[in-house]
Amino acid sequence: MARLIRTEKEVEGRYTEQWIVVEEDALERWPEGPLAVVGREAPRTDGLARARGEAVYTADISFPGLLHTAVLRSPHARARVKRLELGAALEAPGVRGAVQPGDVECLTREPGYPGAPVAAIAADSAGLARAALERIEVEWEVLNPLLDPDEAVRRGELTTERRPYARGDLEHGLAEADIVVEAEYRTQTVLHNSMETHQAVCRWQGDTLEVYTSTQFIWGVRNAVAEQLGLPPDRVRVVCEYMGGGFGAKNDPGDYTFLAAELARRTGRPVRCALTRREENLDSGNRNATIQRLRAGARADGTLTALGGEFVASIGASGWLASTAGPMQMLYACENVETLEYGAKLNTAPMAAFRAPGFVEGTFGLECLLDELAAKLDLDPLELRRINYAHADLLDDRAFSSKNLAECYRRAEPHWARREEVRARSAGPWRHGVGLASQIWYGGGGPPSYAWIRVGSDGRATVVTAMQDIGTGSRTAMAQIAAEELGLPLDRVDVVLGDSARGPYASISAGSSTIPSMGPAVRSAAADAGRQILEIAAQRYHLEERVLSLRDGRIVSTDGGSWPLEEVTGLLEEGQILGKGARGPNPAGMRVLTFGVQVAEVAVDVETGEVRVDRIAAIHDVGRVINPLGASSQVEGGIIQGLGHTLSEERLLDPATGGVLTQTLDAYRVPTIADVPEIVTELLDLPDAHLTNLGAKGLGEPPIIPTAAAIANAIRDATGADVRSLPITREEMLRALRQAADRAAARESVGASSA
Amino acid sequence: MIELRVNGGVHRVDPAVGRSLAETLREDLGLTGTKVACGEGHCGACTVQLDGVPVLSCITLVHTVRAREVTTIEGLRDHPLVESFVRADALQCGFCTPGQIVSAAALVEANPEPSRDEIRHAMAGNLCRCGAYPKIEEAVLTWRG
Ligand code: FES
Ligand code: FES
Repeated sequence: MARLIRTEKEVEGRYTEQWIVVEEDALERWPEGPLAVVGREAPRTDGLARARGEAVYTADISFPGLLHTAVLRSPHARARVKRLELGAALEAPGVRGAVQPGDVECLTREPGYPGAPVAAIAADSAGLARAALERIEVEWEVLNPLLDPDEAVRRGELTTERRPYARGDLEHGLAEADIVVEAEYRTQTVLHNSMETHQAVCRWQGDTLEVYTSTQFIWGVRNAVAEQLGLPPDRVRVVCEYMGGGFGAKNDPGDYTFLAAELARRTGRPVRCALTRREENLDSGNRNATIQRLRAGARADGTLTALGGEFVASIGASGWLASTAGPMQMLYACENVETLEYGAKLNTAPMAAFRAPGFVEGTFGLECLLDELAAKLDLDPLELRRINYAHADLLDDRAFSSKNLAECYRRAEPHWARREEVRARSAGPWRHGVGLASQIWYGGGGPPSYAWIRVGSDGRATVVTAMQDIGTGSRTAMAQIAAEELGLPLDRVDVVLGDSARGPYASISAGSSTIPSMGPAVRSAAADAGRQILEIAAQRYHLEERVLSLRDGRIVSTDGGSWPLEEVTGLLEEGQILGKGARGPNPAGMRVLTFGVQVAEVAVDVETGEVRVDRIAAIHDVGRVINPLGASSQVEGGIIQGLGHTLSEERLLDPATGGVLTQTLDAYRVPTIADVPEIVTELLDLPDAHLTNLGAKGLGEPPIIPTAAAIANAIRDATGADVRSLPITREEMLRALRQAADRAAARESVGASSA
Repeated sequence: MIELRVNGGVHRVDPAVGRSLAETLREDLGLTGTKVACGEGHCGACTVQLDGVPVLSCITLVHTVRAREVTTIEGLRDHPLVESFVRADALQCGFCTPGQIVSAAALVEANPEPSRDEIRHAMAGNLCRCGAYPKIEEAVLTWRG
């Protein structure tokens, strides 16, 4: 029966309350461990199409008469358009249409960051459109940009209300402490740089707008476009069958979609609006920089008595305030915690979610602070974390639906025990060390999410749902789940996805939620079809339904009978068995979170400041693992992005003008294959007994969260130096080494004078 | 009009001066397996082979190709590397993958048993933002199955 309930919905740590209708979710839990298909390694079902270059991405979509867009973007961080003349540009060869402020909501006469869109031109080719841009006459009044986040906070220039949080009494906790540490950490602005740039192709078919776009949320784009254009949502069809990476930056339709839609309307032609790589790095979102001023206090035995922090996030011209304070509030059992978060409004490009927004930055600060504390307490860092283990959620005392962080710590021990051996490798200027950091994050997913399934007379099944596979392997995982439930081999299940006109509502692929949101819906659809198949089989073979089950592509009865599935479905000829399924509710009154720990081994050249990461062991608890092969790939990918975040990536601005200096992939340094350390992945694979019919949580984000702190802590282990700023460039490394040397010298002179 | 030898066939095309090989392949010949991710020679997504040598087609002017044989991913669809990439899960979003395979194919042609270091050296110009690198290394190491 359908039930109407009020429930909490969480995406990227942002909770909202909403009404949803949920179906009964009375499926039996699958046993722990690898099953027939689920929990077993499966190469991606769409791997061949992608590898052979047959998969059609948004970038490959083409229609007869397709026009291409070039966008006039503000070269200034803050300016006013005094005069804008499109006339000459409209006369340019190949130009078919143009839009300016007033025509599309995103176009502005008062750009507030470099790269803000001001006007756009559609022409027969991208080259002609770009050439026409040169003919736009525009006069700017250049204004002084605000670029300093602390200054923005002082002036009260904030994107949202400041966000305070407190439990207990911080000052009291600090007074109780035997040791107090205090430090300021900084994290940089990081650019997503998915290989397929942000883009959309829009085409009007009668009164329906087709949007082909590289997106993490087909239904979100459908709804947002319909709303802005004043269309009934089903008059917008959104298609994204193959997608070339997003990492959080493609959750929304983006300006390019609205520009393409309007230019398509005006010209009567299909229009592509695709960002160039440089535009991508100007205006497609970023992981915002943070400043974190943190304090921690503990008793001599390691019990935390106080955690406090002021966090300033450089949001940019607009955006939302991800929770940088989250890890400090949630990771450890500490009674006295106070945090205050500010979102600074600056003349820089708007932030966007980037793989665990806030928690990546906040974990770097918190977990480095913990190790600075451990050093002062002369306590083993792993021990310090165990002493302060949180057994229930600290925000409102809820029980965890499952938490196996202690088991992650236990599994980390052999990696942690390599310390002596690793340190002993130090020779010449190279010092070796080991560090660790914990991970906490969301990843429970939630309703609404729906799937349909059809089983044909040939005994093959097709899952239909309008979700997207953004490269995480969700298409394969859904096929595995349906195959498991229907007792079919994996190669007898297809998945149709990527089209809002070809399936029911599917949730966003963000916040590590695709598997936990969509997986249970797919299982429930498959179970619905499975029930019908057994009902039919019972009639066909004159048996009771309860003695029948589906296994290995056959219908099996407890008395030893066994028939190929097609023998029953084949009776239907053209007929089909249709199943539908919905995601059940999250467990009421429980907190669903993911946990983990990473152990990093590094080498530091103390003369040059070069840092080399040799090995990272990642142990995560994300509930049941659907596809261990794809899961390990995702862990590796997260760690490698974390490596870039830690060592090489940074959006650099001209401090005077706010101009972006790192727009190209030679200036902005993402990791290459030559930068990759040995990565050891261990997933606990323990189903969450409270989490719907699957017990699986999301894995997209957890692996990137502790990497930076684990590396920084390994650097401290190797050298005694406290790095406090990302990326850890040679300058930052040498600064930290100098500071450590000065500290040691000061201690020695104190020691000498007191002797 | 110029003649372009691609994947064993000959095509007559009439590209404008300044047109890149990548644009010609993708837009004039419909060979969209070759991806363009930066368009300025920094990422390797657009890698094709000219007479077996990997080049960046986004910064190769089509008029400079002349009689050289162009090999794109479409010409390597049955190369054992395609299978080994899938088997090793050496791709996530897959947008960089055709370029990776074209580079790797040139590598194993010249050096059928590359070491890990040789793979890293030869493939460092092929960026993968999804970070499929460990498995790419694995796929190239095990390309013969
Ligand atoms: S697209 Fe040619 S190198 Fe990036
Ligand atoms: S697989 Fe996504 S960029 Fe390489």
